[in-house]
Amino acid sequence: MKRHDIQFDQAGNLRHFLTIENLPRQTLIDILDAAENFSTVGTQTAKKVPLLRGKTIVNLFFEPSTRTRTTFELAAKRLSADVLNINISTSSTSKGESLLDMLRNLEAMHCDMFVVRHHQSGAAHFIADHVAPHISVINAGDGSHAHPTQGMLDMFTIRRHKPDFTKLRVAVIGDIMHSRVARSEIHALNILGVPEVRVIGPHTLIPRDAGTLGVHVYHNMREGIKDVDVIMMLRLQRERMSGAMLPSEAEYFSEYGITEEKLSLAKPDAIVLHPGPINRGVEIESSVADGPQSVILEQVTNGIAVRMAIMSMVLGRKQETT
Amino acid sequence: MRIAIINGHVIDPRNDLNDKRDIYIQDDKIITVGKAPDGFEADVTIDANKLIVCPGFVDLCARLREPGLEHKGTIETETLAAAAGGITSICVPPDTNPVIDTPAVVELIHKRNQDAGFIHVYTLAALTRGLAGEHLTEMAHLKAAGCVGVSNVTHDVANPQVLRRAMEYAASVDMTVFLHPEDTGLANNGCAHEGAVSTRLGLAGIPEAAETQAVANYLMLVEQTGSRVHFCRLSTARAIQMIGRAKYDGQDITADVAAHQLHLTEMDIGYFDSQCHVRPPLRTQRDQAALRQAVANAQIEAICSDHQPHDVDAKLAPFAETEPGISALETVLPLSLRLVNDGLISLPEMVDRLSTTPAEILGINAGHLSVNAQADICIFDPNGHWVLDPDNLLSHGHNTPFRNWELQGRVIKTICNGEIVYSLNRHE
Repeated sequence: MKRHDIQFDQAGNLRHFLTIENLPRQTLIDILDAAENFSTVGTQTAKKVPLLRGKTIVNLFFEPSTRTRTTFELAAKRLSADVLNINISTSSTSKGESLLDMLRNLEAMHCDMFVVRHHQSGAAHFIADHVAPHISVINAGDGSHAHPTQGMLDMFTIRRHKPDFTKLRVAVIGDIMHSRVARSEIHALNILGVPEVRVIGPHTLIPRDAGTLGVHVYHNMREGIKDVDVIMMLRLQRERMSGAMLPSEAEYFSEYGITEEKLSLAKPDAIVLHPGPINRGVEIESSVADGPQSVILEQVTNGIAVRMAIMSMVLGRKQETT
Repeated sequence: MRIAIINGHVIDPRNDLNDKRDIYIQDDKIITVGKAPDGFEADVTIDANKLIVCPGFVDLCARLREPGLEHKGTIETETLAAAAGGITSICVPPDTNPVIDTPAVVELIHKRNQDAGFIHVYTLAALTRGLAGEHLTEMAHLKAAGCVGVSNVTHDVANPQVLRRAMEYAASVDMTVFLHPEDTGLANNGCAHEGAVSTRLGLAGIPEAAETQAVANYLMLVEQTGSRVHFCRLSTARAIQMIGRAKYDGQDITADVAAHQLHLTEMDIGYFDSQCHVRPPLRTQRDQAALRQAVANAQIEAICSDHQPHDVDAKLAPFAETEPGISALETVLPLSLRLVNDGLISLPEMVDRLSTTPAEILGINAGHLSVNAQADICIFDPNGHWVLDPDNLLSHGHNTPFRNWELQGRVIKTICNGEIVYSLNRHE
């Protein structure tokens, strides 16, 4: 517990962005407000602001990703930073030593920020623990642990539709056990004061101790979704669709997929989020994904503004302190 | 060599000693406890005033890393570290490389220890060849070569029939079977206790049932086979309860716990501290309390180090990719003494859990200070305070979660076979 402050520098400014857990509410609000300002940049003809000119940002992806990497890249470029994309096959870095060696090499090239995605929980913390003092680390997803920029862009999307978090009932549905998105969403919702966060899924996909995260657990979707304002669907990884976790896609869809019929049990103005890419007919029915209550594409757009906000906050901190 | 240890407070649970006495050693034996023999002239006199003099500790499980992983430690470095921890006998599990499944490997270890070691080294033989869980080892031959028990360590014996036969065979050659209760299927490549912390950090969890299911299986087989079984490294309250009940029913079983389990919980992992990556995993506060209570009421008879020294790189990676284990030989005494200071056990009970009973579990003639016993003695200062700096550990492994802990209890001298193998000032 002693190391939660690794995210802050000595002056109390955000240095790394690794997890939402334990961040002050005001930090989250600041990110959302800053993202609000950046959200217009993408709609201008010249889609750039010079905030991070001269900074070098390295996208360090140990796990394949198109969407997250692209939005980070766009966010960095719109802030006028130089961007380097490095995709590392997981097999070549099964040893920590080579991971550290790689970091040393990148540091020697005078980079300012690593955006890290890794298949192991704790990888971003590990890298943040070992980088040179001038480098910031942003966690773009580590194992099943955290995906804090996704969590923040989901909060941003919710706030645009439902401005008062303290009046919301939110359900997170699907594979909570393996989802870094779910963990980051749950921390953010709790910190922002949502009075009732529910998680819905079969026992096999919800940790036995899920309650300790500050959520109410439902195993029956029809009960869990009743009267909620926000529905946050999770992607079901293909390898978990059949086997010891679940019997089949079809059964999962009938029990835990969001359909128009199940959606009708939520509040009439409920919104549906999904971190993408969506599995149509597995966790979400097409008519819901493309329907009026879906905000899934907005999430993608908002992802750029939120990532710009976080990057500029982290890399801009030195100017703020002087 | 003749050694006189005078003015010390002698604790020897076997002989019910717990008072000020002098001990006289000649060659490798204790010759008197009490008055000096007529005409005894000591070569070395140790003034143990304000110090505790007790039988050297007997460690039920320590990896010395030799043969096979000498970059993590050697018989020379690790037996010296053991001596610095007051340990005079150590038991090595068979998961060396090569595996201890032939007398030749046993002889190799004993030979290396004769040449370079500082204390007594005992070995467990593999229960199955190569620990592969298929063929029985030549247990009688291995016993003749010096093995004091058999174990498949953490390797699965997937076929229950093989396990049953192996346990029966061990009983026929009168060897204790050392079992690590962890069901591989239920542990499912986890790296932390399945609980609040693994849930928060998104780490693959090892459920309590991985231990309790294995204990239940083993207990049924103990009943069926009549084997003498020792349960290694318990970590859950529920397993202690099950073993307690089986003992009450008269089963011939014993159990141990690693010292660190009595002081750490899953919470100590914090944000992915790889020094707290151990197997079995650190569990809950409730489990820890039950383990401590079980040591107090002797449901758990022995405390061991479960020493696993590592090179630096082994702990430098994201949590799940790091290697489990703690370099623990030099912290067993102070961690056990904490239980005394917490009022959980008495000093003689501590010596019993660290020395007398583990010697009995191994069936070796150690762990007591009887006249004519081999002179294996630990002299420690129960009030000596020190702060642990991993770089000062004598073990080749500096991997410990106890960095900067203020510890109480310092080994001053360790005598093994009548020779002073460790002195605090010499090695400090």
